Amino acid sequence: MKIVAICGAGIGSSSILKVNAERVLANLGLEADVTAADVSSVRTAAADAQVILTSAEFVEAIGKTFADVIVIENYFDLQELTDKLEKSLG
Amino acid sequence: MPLPPLPEEAITIGADARTWREAVRLAGAGLEASGAARSGYSEEMIRMIEEHGPYVVIAPGLALAHARPGPEVIKDGLAVVTLSTPVAFGHPHNDPVSVVLGLAILSIEGHLASVAELANVFNDPSAIPAIAAAKDAATVIAIMKREQ
Repeated sequence: MKIVAICGAGIGSSSILKVNAERVLANLGLEADVTAADVSSVRTAAADAQVILTSAEFVEAIGKTFADVIVIENYFDLQELTDKLEKSLG
Repeated sequence: MPLPPLPEEAITIGADARTWREAVRLAGAGLEASGAARSGYSEEMIRMIEEHGPYVVIAPGLALAHARPGPEVIKDGLAVVTLSTPVAFGHPHNDPVSVVLGLAILSIEGHLASVAELANVFNDPSAIPAIAAAKDAATVIAIMKREQ
């Protein structure tokens, strides 16, 4: 499974999302390849992704995709990430 | 893996900022004071928010201002600004912001481990209010290094 975290620069916030998503997936016993990318490269970075993690601001720019786009409000709330990833993947 | 360097001169306590732009410029001034970034980096961080919206407000009360690696970055570094009065960035859930982090990264390669340490700090929900309430730079550094 492939998950892509998207932010404006591809550093900073998307990196934090990647790190915390990996922790949540490990807790859930799920294996996935999680990468961080900037929104301008979303077409290639998320071409074969099942899930895109991002902020509300990027949903429009991400546009049409086969991936499930999950909007995260608090990047440090592992419970929010767990609930939303479980809902999407379960 | 340690955080990006956070010396005392990169920390501003109880600052007055009327707008989010002023708050981000204070974080940029901290990065400049510590030798992590040149003066143009503040405007690059502001431009990211103007272009993409207030997504840098990644948790209630906390903004992680940053731009891409580039000529305005001298070395990896962090800055912390606490605001005497919180300011709005226009985020639908996480406004108002009382703590602004400034992040400068020299290269995309290898930045992940040090940014991951930020997650270790802030996954503790008490970290943001504790930094917002800190009276001096040493307290902020202790919280960021998870010494208290």
